Amino acid sequence: MIANYGYKDGSGEYYISIDTDKCIDCAAGRACLTACPKQMFETLTDDYDDEVVWIKQASRRSLAYECADCKPSGGYTSLPCMTACTPGALKHSW
Amino acid sequence: MTAGEKKEYWRWEESCWVDESKSWRDAKIVTAGIDVGSVSSQAVVCVDGELYGFNSMRTGNNSPDSATNALKGVLEKSGMKLEDITYVIGTGYGRVNVPFAHKAITEIACHARGANYMAGPSVRTILDMGGQDCKAIHCDEKGKVTNFLMNDKCAAGTGRGMEVIADLMQIPIAELGDRSFDVDVEPAAVSSTCVVFAKSEALGLLKSGYTKNKVIAAYCQAMAERVVSLIERIGVENDFFITGGIAKNPGVVRRIEKLLGTTAAKTKYDSQIAGALGAALFGFTLMQKQAAKAA
Amino acid sequence: MITAGIDMGSRTVKVVFLEELNVAGAPQLKWGVKGKHIMFPDELDMDVAAEKAFADGMLAAGITRDQVSYVVSTGAGRKQVKFATGDVTEVSAGARGAVFMCPTAQTVVDVGAEEGRGVKANAEGKVVDFAGNEKCAAGAGAFAESMARALQMNLKEFGEASLRSERTIPMNAQCTVFAESEVVSLIHSATPKEDIAKSVLDAVASRVCAMVRRVGIEGDVILIGGMVNNPGFVKSLKTSLGIAHINLPDMPEYISALGAALIAADSKT
Repeated sequence: MIANYGYKDGSGEYYISIDTDKCIDCAAGRACLTACPKQMFETLTDDYDDEVVWIKQASRRSLAYECADCKPSGGYTSLPCMTACTPGALKHSW
Repeated sequence: MTAGEKKEYWRWEESCWVDESKSWRDAKIVTAGIDVGSVSSQAVVCVDGELYGFNSMRTGNNSPDSATNALKGVLEKSGMKLEDITYVIGTGYGRVNVPFAHKAITEIACHARGANYMAGPSVRTILDMGGQDCKAIHCDEKGKVTNFLMNDKCAAGTGRGMEVIADLMQIPIAELGDRSFDVDVEPAAVSSTCVVFAKSEALGLLKSGYTKNKVIAAYCQAMAERVVSLIERIGVENDFFITGGIAKNPGVVRRIEKLLGTTAAKTKYDSQIAGALGAALFGFTLMQKQAAKAA
Repeated sequence: MITAGIDMGSRTVKVVFLEELNVAGAPQLKWGVKGKHIMFPDELDMDVAAEKAFADGMLAAGITRDQVSYVVSTGAGRKQVKFATGDVTEVSAGARGAVFMCPTAQTVVDVGAEEGRGVKANAEGKVVDFAGNEKCAAGAGAFAESMARALQMNLKEFGEASLRSERTIPMNAQCTVFAESEVVSLIHSATPKEDIAKSVLDAVASRVCAMVRRVGIEGDVILIGGMVNNPGFVKSLKTSLGIAHINLPDMPEYISALGAALIAADSKT
């Protein structure tokens, strides 16, 4: 399942997508949990009883602001969460 | 937002129904699903996996009380007691606050499951427009979620957005849909990305000579555009089904259908019960599995 | 030679006239703000409002139309100013005006009614980089205005109230519409108005700050736009940015119009 966390408002679309099929039995030792400077990720057992990762409730509604530090307007080459997730479960929509 | 003498245009009809033709006393498994949303709460009771009764009402200030009151409606109408229910699952924004629930499941999974029952196993894309959020869900023929997107940051495309316009126009919310078609020519949408701006645009349109109906039409179009842009992020695969309160607003529904070039699946059930129904069905499956293990 | 800048904001029109003075061979700009701040009258379209503001401004300044050489427009409605000789974005105009007022400023924070943004500018006031949160009322002045209304205060009282509080209550709502209900329920649960005011201003400040950090905080920081008049917001912003001092220009709402007038003067040289 693809879980898209985030929102769209007047200024744009900000979603972080998690491919839960790649997230179950994480081969990266849940590296995303510590890689994110805002510690947005946490593990949970989902509705289908799989252990996966999601974005904490409080962070979902302000993703543009939370991720701002990792996305300076001058540009960036990589994001710590994407680098940490070697199974490639994460995607940013912006 | 003052109560009292001010007429409450946002108030929609609460409903409570029980299937008189069924008898729950002979049932093997009775399960219940309680969906406590930020705006409305529903309780659904299933008897051996079939819909038996439901109650839909406005959520009060207190989630546990809302859950209890929602279920009370069905219990009183059917003569059932809480002890007669084998398993209760809570869902929705207040799911962890349902005091008598055995388990909590997210509204995403529950809506998909409920939609699968209400509109049939051919449903693949569900649009739920809730009181304070908007969700787009893909599911398989069993009602299992394969992709979802939820937007609860922004009032645009939610029931609250509609309540704002009902209040502004001083027209009961249930009448908005039909009124939106009573126009000379279909107007362009107001801002589709922010209710605050849409509201000031609506006022400007009124002042420039638009009738109330035309402003409502512009607003419904904005809401439809907003919601379609959300759902197009994950794509639309038929059958397409709409749940939630706004499904009862043809002004928005027909405009969404037009934009997507498809027709939403129909159901004979109240569109607001999808979450609670899915929860009750999850409960039923769980109880079945338990019974099978015990055997 | 007089140039004019006109800022067609979403709520108000600001007009600035600039008079150039030659002193000992070095051109100096003496800026006399003969500004006019009109709330868009309901019956007027943007182009009519622009005409009216301009006419009123000239009257107040005691000048006539033939004395004004170039007019540059900026702001949300800049394309509707029929008599403008050119238009620039409010990002450029804001930066130009801000650096003129504070030549050491490199980081410009512009918080208007409907947008909050951070701009990095060079010494000439040209835009190097910017990041904004447009078209979302929650990241700008409109958020504070709505909440002030919910507390039944005007913006001035609201700002002053927030200064009396030491406590921030984190707000769940990120949307102006939802935040209004959240504020109402906070009022019902007897939360002191001062604490609510502070939490609201802290929320806007942190959103604006996230945008500013995207361009990077360098050199002196200057705040422009109507929120300068709100000491509660200024304090919240300083805390969010983690700096002790923010430059606050006089007549902050006119800075973008001033920038437009300066750009008009630049274009003739």
